[in-house]
Amino acid sequence: MIPVLLIVIPLVTGLIGFLIKSDNGARGWALLSSVLTLIVALAGLGLAKDSPLLHADAQWLPELGSRMTVGLDGLGKVLGLLTAVCFPLIFVATWRDSYKKSWNFYALMLLSQAGLMGVFMAYDALLFYFFWELALIPVYFLCSQWGGERRIAATFKFFVYTFTGSLLMLVGIIWLWSRTPDHSFSLQAFYDVHNHMNGGEQGFIFWLLFLAFAIKMPIWPLHTWQPETYEQSPTATTMVLSAVMVKMGVFGVIRWVAPVVPGGFWQWGDLVSFCCMFGMIYASLLAIKQDDLKRLIAYSSIAHIGLMCLALFAIDKTGWQGVMIQMFNHGINILGMWIVVDLIERQFGTRKISELGGIAQKAPGLTILLVIVALANVALPLTNAFVGEFLLFTGVFTSTATQYNVVYTVISGLSIILGAVYTLNMIQRVFYGNTNTLTAQGTDIKLNEKLALAAIVVLILVIGVYPKPMLQLGQDTVDQVLSRINYKL
Amino acid sequence: MNSILLSAIWGIVMMFSGVFTQSKSAIRYTAILGLILLLLVTCMDLGGCRVDINVHKMLYFDTFGMLGNSIAFASTLIYVLLSGRDMEKVGHNLAEYFALVFFILCGLSIVTSFNTLLMLFLGIEIMSIPLYILTGSDKRNLKSNEASLKYFLMGSFSTGLMLLGIALLYGASSTGTFFIDDLWAGKTSSEPLFMAGILLMLVSMGFKVSAAPFHFWTPDAYDGAPTVFTSFMATVVKVSIFVGFVRLFDEGFGASKEKWQLFVALVTAATLFIGNITAVFQQSVKRMLAYSSIAQAGFMLLSLMALNQVSKEGILLYAGAYSLATIGIFAILIRMKDYTFEGFNGLAKQQPVLAATCTIFLLSLAGIPLTGGFFAKYYMLSSVVATGHYLWLVIFAVLCAAVSVYYYFRVIQAMYFKDGDGSTEEQPSAGFKGLLVFVAALILLLGIFPQTLLDLLSKIVYIY
Repeated sequence: MIPVLLIVIPLVTGLIGFLIKSDNGARGWALLSSVLTLIVALAGLGLAKDSPLLHADAQWLPELGSRMTVGLDGLGKVLGLLTAVCFPLIFVATWRDSYKKSWNFYALMLLSQAGLMGVFMAYDALLFYFFWELALIPVYFLCSQWGGERRIAATFKFFVYTFTGSLLMLVGIIWLWSRTPDHSFSLQAFYDVHNHMNGGEQGFIFWLLFLAFAIKMPIWPLHTWQPETYEQSPTATTMVLSAVMVKMGVFGVIRWVAPVVPGGFWQWGDLVSFCCMFGMIYASLLAIKQDDLKRLIAYSSIAHIGLMCLALFAIDKTGWQGVMIQMFNHGINILGMWIVVDLIERQFGTRKISELGGIAQKAPGLTILLVIVALANVALPLTNAFVGEFLLFTGVFTSTATQYNVVYTVISGLSIILGAVYTLNMIQRVFYGNTNTLTAQGTDIKLNEKLALAAIVVLILVIGVYPKPMLQLGQDTVDQVLSRINYKL
Repeated sequence: MNSILLSAIWGIVMMFSGVFTQSKSAIRYTAILGLILLLLVTCMDLGGCRVDINVHKMLYFDTFGMLGNSIAFASTLIYVLLSGRDMEKVGHNLAEYFALVFFILCGLSIVTSFNTLLMLFLGIEIMSIPLYILTGSDKRNLKSNEASLKYFLMGSFSTGLMLLGIALLYGASSTGTFFIDDLWAGKTSSEPLFMAGILLMLVSMGFKVSAAPFHFWTPDAYDGAPTVFTSFMATVVKVSIFVGFVRLFDEGFGASKEKWQLFVALVTAATLFIGNITAVFQQSVKRMLAYSSIAQAGFMLLSLMALNQVSKEGILLYAGAYSLATIGIFAILIRMKDYTFEGFNGLAKQQPVLAATCTIFLLSLAGIPLTGGFFAKYYMLSSVVATGHYLWLVIFAVLCAAVSVYYYFRVIQAMYFKDGDGSTEEQPSAGFKGLLVFVAALILLLGIFPQTLLDLLSKIVYIY
């Protein structure tokens, strides 16, 4: 029941949203819908794992062996909650942004939320593929319609990248389907199918599936769509992309790759880990050189996601717990960063670090909130990211899945230092120092932004100090999936 | 049988309707009536209620062929409803155009139900000759004349190859037969003569469905022909020949699959590659659609690689989804002032309904989920994967599908994201818009419940 509601509420309200031809009406409608979704999601959190309210199943395509099965397990809860939390925050924070034909904008945002919820909750491979694409289409229109100057080219690159990945994934899904004894798309059938396949075949399917997710995350060298898309998209959409949508990649690996083709997962772990590690350093170095705030955050996001992926392939329980909590944390933190960027851009009309400076004198409230978010981005103790990254690194270091665990830990550890360099450098140059002609007229943060940022800061500190409830949320999935990966060859 | 008879008779009725009335709408309504009747008798045929004429097993009516027919007739009906008025602009001989369309339908009913190679040949010829005329129907236009001549020369050449192939097969068969189910009987090894015959059949059918490297006539013929008739050629005609194609190779030479499939695989890969890559470089939407039809033919060729139940259902679904979407796009294209991509700039502001439906058609052609095109492609891919062979071809096909996004989305980008005054020549009527919305809804329905179409038809069968 609850998963169905989580998909249907944004879907229906989104479709209705196209008809509300008023700016304020559409904005309010979107916020109302997203708050409603949040309430439903919170209601779902407390329910036990096997509660019937958390699962739904209906006939869909019996001839193909596909059913409309949705459910919420630990992983679904973490990411469902993240999606549900992010959308109202995005709507509140960007309340003052104005869009041409804003009703279409908000309706498409809600549709993308429906797609995301579907991705995180589908228990059927074909249904999953459907939602995977559905989440992409609204974003394509959002970016192409309301984005920056080079939006069409950037979005197009993004679309072609992800679409190519998902088509390969489709081939992988069809192949797995043809190997299931009863020709079914159900998650359970997919979990059993590796018993009928040898190592080479699993390795091949691993790549078919993983490429789609690697593009989405993105992992070096498939990341080139990301900085450009983030830069050119309207900020509200960038928030969706980076806070929630990149998690689709991590999610996909946990739900549809690792337990489905464990043989391939073991086989290629080192190659992927190397790409992650290299990508982290590479992206961090690039982030240092960026002048555009959006691009800086985009590269920093590549580094953070790389670490999560690295921990996934370390196949270690601690690391996986870290991934669970870090997915949520990263979403929240990067959302906070975007809110600040959006504020700065709206006020001063530029995102260039070199053109800004001394904002702290004019906007002390903003600066305090930003610094907390930024410190969380660097994973300082007491912030949520510290918990996550600590677990991630512990996982990588103690990993028995690879013989290079020490190398991975040391080199990827460097990215934390580099992360501190670019984050603190950015704060220093944008917020401190002397004001220039542009920033002298700056004003402090408005109430709606303050609310959104404050909510994020509260989440950062609460999870940073008391992470246990969040860790428990994803626990059952971690145990289950890991036991499937550690099968006897 | 019903549909062959009725379409032939109605063709003659259409010819004479031009003598008795000058009213263009009367002629059009006669044609629409004929198509509705055709659809009806095909459904009756499916239900087992048919005119029984002893054809000495020359024709064989099975569900596959008849479903193919009903899809073709339904697409033609939608096509005439959407674009019938635009036929009037081609020239004065409206009744004759409709008569030719009905003769083509007669030919395609034979192609989808042949049981001997002679009937296949006859059907293909009955289809082709009216097509040559329709291509050149814009008599004052040099391009149309050129297209017609080119199409005619290439077409008759491929027909010659087909005859040669049939002759070789006849000679190679142990008893000397044209019946497709007897052809393989008694063959223990693939004799060179027999294989040469199969190869020639493949080449000539490849010509007709515009598979590379036999596709060179397609862009010129499609581009030169009056756009209304391009729409018909690229959809109804093409998919029906595919139904015949699958039938021929499934029943005639299914047993020698391994031998000729490598050739088909190479042809498929070449078709996909050339169709998609060349479409990327087109400046005119009409020409882009011509190449896109080649690319889509590449996907339909995948059904020959599988030849199982899934691929047969798939080719029907593909026929439906592809025809609907392409007819829809052409119906909009015909009314545009400018056929280039720039001509579509800003259409979404001028004609939101046209732009929205056109987007759905394009998404369907690109194979995005929630549209019929996705399941069409899905069926094709899964039928080949299920055989366990030619996986490289499947991966190659999806990569080509990713390329196709480029040129389909260029139209969407032009309509929505670029500024311009792209508009139609005249204000489209409410009925036209309503019908477009209906077709778009049909495509979405096929994309969520792909079995509905087939179920609906099988229910009709059940009632009888």
